[in-house]
Amino acid sequence: MASTDAATAEPPRHRRRGKRATTRTESGVWYPKWYWPSFTLAGDLWLVAMFVLPFYVVVCVAFGTVGTTFREPVPYLFPGWWQFSTFQATLQKFYVGTAPYQEPLIRTFLYVFTASLICLVVGYAVAYFTARFAGKHKGLILILLVSPFWISYLMRIYAWQSLLQPDGYINDVLAWLGFGRPEWLAGRGITVTLGLVYGYIPFMILPLYGSLDRINQGMLEAGRDLGANPLQTFVRVTLPLSRQAILAGLVIVTLPMFGDYYTNNLLGSAKTAMFGNLIDGAVTNAGQGPEAGALVLLLMVIVIVPMLYYLRETKRASEAA
Amino acid sequence: MSAQATQLRVPSRHLRGPLGWLRDPWRKPRVLQATTLGYLAWSILPVLIAVGFSFNSGRSRSSWQGFSMRWWTQDPFDSILHSQELHSAMLQTFRLSFVTVLLAVPIGTLFAIGIDRWHGRPARPANFTMLLSFVMPEIILGVSLFLLFTSLIKNLIPLGTAAQVLGLVTYQISYPVIIVRARLLSIGAEYEEAGMDLGASPTQSIRRVLLPLLAPAIMASVALVFADTVDDFVTVRYLSGPASSQTLSVFIYSAARSSPTPAVNAAATVMLISTLLMIGVGLLVYRRLNRGASEQDAASFAQL
Repeated sequence: MASTDAATAEPPRHRRRGKRATTRTESGVWYPKWYWPSFTLAGDLWLVAMFVLPFYVVVCVAFGTVGTTFREPVPYLFPGWWQFSTFQATLQKFYVGTAPYQEPLIRTFLYVFTASLICLVVGYAVAYFTARFAGKHKGLILILLVSPFWISYLMRIYAWQSLLQPDGYINDVLAWLGFGRPEWLAGRGITVTLGLVYGYIPFMILPLYGSLDRINQGMLEAGRDLGANPLQTFVRVTLPLSRQAILAGLVIVTLPMFGDYYTNNLLGSAKTAMFGNLIDGAVTNAGQGPEAGALVLLLMVIVIVPMLYYLRETKRASEAA
Repeated sequence: MSAQATQLRVPSRHLRGPLGWLRDPWRKPRVLQATTLGYLAWSILPVLIAVGFSFNSGRSRSSWQGFSMRWWTQDPFDSILHSQELHSAMLQTFRLSFVTVLLAVPIGTLFAIGIDRWHGRPARPANFTMLLSFVMPEIILGVSLFLLFTSLIKNLIPLGTAAQVLGLVTYQISYPVIIVRARLLSIGAEYEEAGMDLGASPTQSIRRVLLPLLAPAIMASVALVFADTVDDFVTVRYLSGPASSQTLSVFIYSAARSSPTPAVNAAATVMLISTLLMIGVGLLVYRRLNRGASEQDAASFAQL
């Protein structure tokens, strides 16, 4: 890679094959050093101004203060000025005294864990069926599997909010069966968890389908020829071959779940508040800017490992391709 | 293998359910089939019911009171046809999507071409940052831009349309990058080099050879970014300012939390139709541009 830096400042005129021993491209075209980087310039500047800088501002706000009259966040841009009192106070809300943030944190992990597990089990079954048995209906099933991506998340959750109303269709069916009319929307963990499953399971199914669809049938037959029973074939051939997709799917569904606040706001109550609700509450209340910054930093700490794992895996996959 | 398969097939006739399937997976997998059908119904039906309730004649979005066009055309204040609030929200939604596409797709496409060919040292962090913006939970992006616009440069860019566009482009810019790069990978450098062998300069060759080859990927990005910004909620909500910057998604969210009428269902249906239309058009153009490509492409497009 370093040798390619040796591109000279020659004009972008075309050179024919073999004229030089060290050429920039296989065909022997010499590009000036700035040629390809200039393509990325707009994107680079955009990312620096709107992605990297805002993140630095979050740090500066979290370690900054608030204005005296409007209580708007005042960032301390110079690291030497940073003060950690708000950050510390926010942290202490997780474990000191009444610890108002502790329950939402535990709840978040519990909901996200349960929901992604359900996503995996149901998603695997659906993806497996579609990849191996869907036959001539495969196209239709794929379109139906993909369609939730094109339906607004809010509409999908709103649809459930309507169905789960005390006089909604779900309760109509339950009442007809003699189960009465439960209050689904009064802050129940199960409602919020299933809402999360409903919202994010399409993100799990697609990578699983992609991976299961690529598995060579011959491998499975080989496994069986070598004496494995179907369960053994599944555990020792199919499952390992889809391991990457399982992990990728789990990361893809858990990342947004950790920051989700709207599912709970539409299907739950304060009793089912999650980490995202803490952030949203701090952002929408005046004077809590630094706390919002601190909570965003904490969320970053939670999601950074799965995020980096996912990036490494996709990079590896694209290099293998 | 056939001998074994027939051996196994015999007892499976008597064994139903998942255990029977484990004995012989070549038998019809009824449990999996039922799971898949159940999943599809569970996934699609609620949305269809919500669409249906936009035609409810009463004020309820959960119990049916008869068919009417009340929430679409008749109600003088709250129907899609007459509600000022909904008109403004629709206008804002499409304005944001339009501008976002215009900015994100060209910037992203150029970035993809550049990063694909640029092997210098700074290319790696640039690429990494781009991918990071792809996997970053939206709430982190939305809140950090909100804090940027309300603290550091609060007098420069007020919350509202401009801030929303900046946020949306940041969130969407990685889609065209990923899609176009995938296409670049499958095209390879040969066509471009052939163009240069025939006397085109590198820039001419990119414009006249590479860009037409990238057209399907660019079209897919347009459809995807448009549909995704119409549905966007987190970024748009945090960066919204005056009432005129409320979008359909923010309208649905606020209404769903107070006292929604079937007008919300109608608004959501408008959103649904516009994203599906955009995706449909995108798919058609994609196929057109990609003539001769395999059937599988429709699926691969959909999966983008």
